[in-house]
Amino acid sequence: MKSSVIIFPGSNCDRDMDVALKKFGFKNQMVWHNDTDIPKSDLIVLPGGFSYGDYLRCGSIAGKSKIIKSVIDFANSGGLVLGICNGFQILTETGLLPGILQQNKYLNFICKNVFVKIKNKENKYFKKIKKEVLELHIAHNEGNYFCSNDELKSIEDNGQIAVTYCDHKGNEDEKNNPNGALKNIAGIFNKDKNILGMMPHPERMIDPFLSGEDGSLFFNNLIESL
Amino acid sequence: MKVKVIVTLKNGVLDPQGKAIQQTLNGMTFDNVSEVRQGKYFDIEVNESDESKAKSQVEEMCKKLLANLVIEDYKIL
Repeated sequence: MKSSVIIFPGSNCDRDMDVALKKFGFKNQMVWHNDTDIPKSDLIVLPGGFSYGDYLRCGSIAGKSKIIKSVIDFANSGGLVLGICNGFQILTETGLLPGILQQNKYLNFICKNVFVKIKNKENKYFKKIKKEVLELHIAHNEGNYFCSNDELKSIEDNGQIAVTYCDHKGNEDEKNNPNGALKNIAGIFNKDKNILGMMPHPERMIDPFLSGEDGSLFFNNLIESL
Repeated sequence: MKVKVIVTLKNGVLDPQGKAIQQTLNGMTFDNVSEVRQGKYFDIEVNESDESKAKSQVEEMCKKLLANLVIEDYKIL
């Protein structure tokens, strides 16, 4: 399986993602933001970081970069596109995913492990994961998911909520909402479930000695589902 | 010509920075400040002498890049 990770100026999780994808069997290649073509891929990843210094709004400049038209075409033709953290912000700015990631409710940069509940397994990203709750890592200043009430109803009706913040037992309450996100939303799909954006970093949870292994479940499932 | 744009958060959208500024002002004895909403201001030099053409171009810029219409409104001055 082939994957491509797009590097923007200011991306800083691109190499972690490269390591993670290769560890679980992807043949990964790195693609520069100023290129216009993406090599043939089964998966495109927009990595975390601070693309273009978070100027204007997080992800807004990357959302208009040269490479992005190819990403949008690939996504619209049904290709799998995964955006992690800043990648999620970029996906909302391109309009591939609804809503926006606003500044965290209490104005602090949050860097810690969190638990997220998988809300929909009828898709390639979570299909064969047996667990319901994953322990992943978040590190962001703008992770407070927001969309209009009409949009929220539409994403709920279409099963587009992918993961929500919760405790280790799966309780999705306000206490376990780190950033004020609407309905504890940590990640969403597009309608067809080929595009996933989420704030937590699975690529940081692939080594039991350094962190944890719930990210391994994510990548293992991904390579098996493709 | 120069076109000026103000981008603000829509009514009802949470503005935690504005709230923090308001609380700070209250703490500085400006007790009568009941709300602060923070926004962005752009000065855009467009090489175009026709005012209505320049403004309609800037309107496109607002819709496509300068404002995110999910949470923001724009005003061309």
